[in-house]
Amino acid sequence: MWDWSPLREWLSGYLTPYWTFPLLTVVQILIVMISIILVMAVYTLAERKVIGWMQLRRGPNRVNLFWIPGLGQPFADVIKLMFKEILIPADANGFLFRVAPFLALVPALAIWAVIPLRPEHAFANIDAGLLYVLALTSMGVYGIILAGWAANSKYAFLGAMRSAAQIVAYEIAMGFAMVGVLMASGSLNIGEIIHAQRGLFGWNWTWLFPLFIVYFISGVAETNRAPFDVAEGESEIVAGFHVDYSGMAFALFFIAEYVNMILISALTSIFFFGGWLSPFDGWLNQDTWLAQPSFLWLAPKVFFFMFVFLWFRATFPRYRYDQIMRLGWKALIPVTLIWLLVEGVMVYCHVGPWKGNP
Amino acid sequence: MQGIRSFIKTFLLWELLQGLWVTLKSMFQTKVTLNYPEEKTPQSNRFRGLHALRRYPNGEERCIACKLCEAVCPALAITIESDVAADGTRRTTRYDIDLFKCIYCGFCEEACPVDAIVETRLHEYHMEKRGENIMSKDKLLGIGERYEAMIAADRAADARYR
Repeated sequence: MWDWSPLREWLSGYLTPYWTFPLLTVVQILIVMISIILVMAVYTLAERKVIGWMQLRRGPNRVNLFWIPGLGQPFADVIKLMFKEILIPADANGFLFRVAPFLALVPALAIWAVIPLRPEHAFANIDAGLLYVLALTSMGVYGIILAGWAANSKYAFLGAMRSAAQIVAYEIAMGFAMVGVLMASGSLNIGEIIHAQRGLFGWNWTWLFPLFIVYFISGVAETNRAPFDVAEGESEIVAGFHVDYSGMAFALFFIAEYVNMILISALTSIFFFGGWLSPFDGWLNQDTWLAQPSFLWLAPKVFFFMFVFLWFRATFPRYRYDQIMRLGWKALIPVTLIWLLVEGVMVYCHVGPWKGNP
Repeated sequence: MQGIRSFIKTFLLWELLQGLWVTLKSMFQTKVTLNYPEEKTPQSNRFRGLHALRRYPNGEERCIACKLCEAVCPALAITIESDVAADGTRRTTRYDIDLFKCIYCGFCEEACPVDAIVETRLHEYHMEKRGENIMSKDKLLGIGERYEAMIAADRAADARYR
């Protein structure tokens, strides 16, 4: 993420290259993991605040940190959860019950390896980045299904089944939307996907607007967020797949869900809003920082989509289960298919911003 | 035509956008929550909270053990035992109100011919041990002595309407 060569040189005075590389990698991983989890902690507070404001309430404002009302709330919550007992139901499958939270959290954090947070810097700049993202987002569902199954509770099981069916349905629409992005950029590498977009109105959202809408809606459904949160529908099946989890085991699911939300926001801004590209690119002088691509352009985009997640939750009531399935199979997938056809014709006839692509 | 219009509206997510606009607007409106311990909602002088037994200004107990409150209490929360006091008056020897049974209807206050039992504005009280829910005569008289000024002011403000 940063320029590591001074640290690498300093370390190589003491260690052999055999040791410097893994050490630096671990340090990088820790930096990203901790910052993501800190963002997630503040995000949980932001959720309660924003939804509170939208309901004309104030939101949490009692636990102050750095004189900001409520900022200490997520940390107080974490401390509370850490001191709670992790109950394991007598009839549960102990091994799977213990493993499931990690299966939910690890893929959510692992995807960040390929996300370029700064221009030209991703931890793993792999060519099949998009496939890696698709594969790992699908992995996350294993945690949910196993948690629901291992708890040996009918509510957890129902939640897991709902979540599985929902994710399978929306994965397809999401995959098709990604295929659209793929056709537009001609590469699976996330860095090149960003570079294929040019200028505020040349970003993918103009030409792929339906795919952007479909992608974001599927993303909301993938993360089991309102209005698609039937997997944990409080009013129907208690808390869905994580009813029987308590303490930090529950917190891991919680973290996984919020990290996934941040991830979907980051991917939406990368695929459709030019990632770290500046909106003034091409309008202003290239030398000014306003026109330079930087993390400062990625962050507001990601924060905006993170806000939209909360906005949706405060606005929309939960979908009924058959309505979710109808929306997924009968609305989103046809829309993506039609738009892929339109896009294919545009690419073939060299219309639109991606004229040069084969 | 109507069908086509509603189809287009559905695809443009028109109604969803309207909903989003409503929540976005209310996000910037003045918040209605009060910061409770620091700010409090206005309270009526007729508020029916914790009970108290009053005394006359000369220190004499008002209660004459007529047991009208006990009789009128719909929740059977009041228990009274009475005897003749040393000065020959009729007095209660026991006056218990079970706060768990009490429904704060205020009938006891209405029934009392001498304004002895009253319900005060106090509502921020709690119990920490089993048995603290029984308000004995001593406790009720204690509350009455401590808050007599407030109780008297509330009765005076309400006297016009009685």
